[in-house]
Amino acid sequence: MRILNLLKIAYRSLSKNKLRVLLTMLGIIIGVASVIAMLAIGQGSKQNIQTSMASLGINSVMIFPGSVNSGGVRGGAGTYSTLTQKDADAIAAKCEYVTDVTPVVSKSSQVIAGNQNWHTNVAGGLNQYFTIRNLTVAVGNTFSTTDEHTAAKVCVIGQTVSTNLFGAETNPVGKFIRINSIPFKVIGLLAVKGQNSFGQDQDDIIVAPFSTVMKRMLSTMYLNAILASATSEKDIQKAEAQISSIMRIQHKLTPADQDDFTVRSQADIANTFESISNVMTILLACIAGISLMVGGIGIMNIMLVSVTERTREIGIRMAVGAKSIDILFQFITESIFISVLGGLIGILLGIFIALLVGRFGGWPVVITPTSIILSFAFSSAVGIFFGWYPARKAANLNPIDALRYE
Amino acid sequence: MAESILIDVRNMQKTYKLGDMEVHALRDVSLTINKGEFVAIMGPSGSGKSTFMNIIGCLDYHPANGEYFLDGENVFKMNKDQLAELRNRKIGFIFQSFNILARTSAIENVELPMLYNSGVTAKERKERALAALKSVGLADRADHMPNQLSGGQQQRVAIARSLVNNPLVIMADEPTGNLDTRSSYEIMEIFQELNDKGITIVMVTHETDIAQFAKTNILFRDGMIVTNVPVAVRKFAKEEIPKLPVLDKNDILT
Repeated sequence: MRILNLLKIAYRSLSKNKLRVLLTMLGIIIGVASVIAMLAIGQGSKQNIQTSMASLGINSVMIFPGSVNSGGVRGGAGTYSTLTQKDADAIAAKCEYVTDVTPVVSKSSQVIAGNQNWHTNVAGGLNQYFTIRNLTVAVGNTFSTTDEHTAAKVCVIGQTVSTNLFGAETNPVGKFIRINSIPFKVIGLLAVKGQNSFGQDQDDIIVAPFSTVMKRMLSTMYLNAILASATSEKDIQKAEAQISSIMRIQHKLTPADQDDFTVRSQADIANTFESISNVMTILLACIAGISLMVGGIGIMNIMLVSVTERTREIGIRMAVGAKSIDILFQFITESIFISVLGGLIGILLGIFIALLVGRFGGWPVVITPTSIILSFAFSSAVGIFFGWYPARKAANLNPIDALRYE
Repeated sequence: MAESILIDVRNMQKTYKLGDMEVHALRDVSLTINKGEFVAIMGPSGSGKSTFMNIIGCLDYHPANGEYFLDGENVFKMNKDQLAELRNRKIGFIFQSFNILARTSAIENVELPMLYNSGVTAKERKERALAALKSVGLADRADHMPNQLSGGQQQRVAIARSLVNNPLVIMADEPTGNLDTRSSYEIMEIFQELNDKGITIVMVTHETDIAQFAKTNILFRDGMIVTNVPVAVRKFAKEEIPKLPVLDKNDILT
């Protein structure tokens, strides 16, 4: 009953100042809307990175050849051919933190099928290549150990390659393609993976058995890379360290020598991206928090003006029997009403903005319930916090002084 | 006899500080007002009559010396909340400047005291407010805003508001100060009717003709009561109003 009366009193006095209430609310609306929208965008980009990282194979560790250092002139990473099949075998044999290992060779080639042709990258690897890269076959099979031993002329192709050579609707399995004039039988079609976080098309790929590419296409001793997958995400760093030491022994490097190889993992890249997006999220949240704060100060300002302006009204209310606590609650209720209603409108506006950005900006957006609850709670707290002082000021007035106020 | 005393003020003293100067607003005032009285307090400005009214109306939280009992309750021993409740239940206020809430309809103004009385339901609140407005002849103006009402009508809304919680006493501070003669007399008519029903009325005024509608006149000067006498020739509003000259047509309608 009492609460109901308070709400009625607050509603009656607010409804007499609609424009002012709306303008005051605007600060909170903008604050909450920006919290919701910015967190949604931040969360969205974070999740986007995470999924694309996972599609690359989050546990994978890559070993690349090191840089050339001849006479002080250093080339870039991968300019030196140092990795061999033996290195890959050694890692597979000795490193306890990896499950699968495959040597990788690749060659970018012109591929022909019928009257169509396409230029793409042909990767050669063991069957484990699919596991490590997190590739699955949509139609057909991957190649077998026999294919590897016999250097069979078989391959698995990505959707992009298939579309360009055979058209979108055709099943390529069983058909033949010619890579550098060598005919290969297509035995599998990879499931669509889309772009990775760098914008590369992950479906524009042909995978063939390692020995086939090595012997029939490249006739080289050296590898482009070794891919391995760590036993778990937590073990990636241990795996990297152990691989490094195995590689140093393999390459007979003295402690004075620099590594002639590079070990990298998806986790490194993922961590970098995640920390960037975390910083972004914090930054956005700070900006949003500041605008909420400014909104709160706006409420306090208006409430102070309102208390001064309505001193006589407070006097009248006290004369007819309002207690100090009634006046305190009236003004607190008014400021909470402003901030809560502003918060609700802000949440709707924020969701709307986030969806708009998601639709037209091409950004993924994730609206989390946490951000809604957080900003709503925060805006209500702003109402109580900034409404308290003006309300107390009103409640402590002496009735006769308030009544005489001009 | 003792049960019929409503207001019992003993040795009340009140001192203001204006810079270094001490102003004695009230110097030793003692007064009893019985239930059913109609008292007009008069005096020049600065005589302490308004200060006295504010203290007996429990509107001034700054302490005064002496003792004050209202309907047997020791007012000076009460805290702010108890005073607020006392005002809500037992006192109705009328002010010179009406003091009704702007941009608030007549009925909402009249409902105001009941919003601070948690025992009243919304339905009862509306009924009682309407009844109070009806008793001052404003039933048809319930939804009018103050700026759509004349001064006399606004003061009648204020009277309705003061009546709505069935007070023991109405305290009116210059109730006719802002009104023309006819409106003033109409207010006095309402006061006399209420007084006849048993409500005690304490009214501050500096108009001698208005004071003559009361039963007793008290004169303040320099913070003290100079005279406290029954009105010799009491005026009755019912008789006086027809004698007033008709200045414009609206006068007859109200």
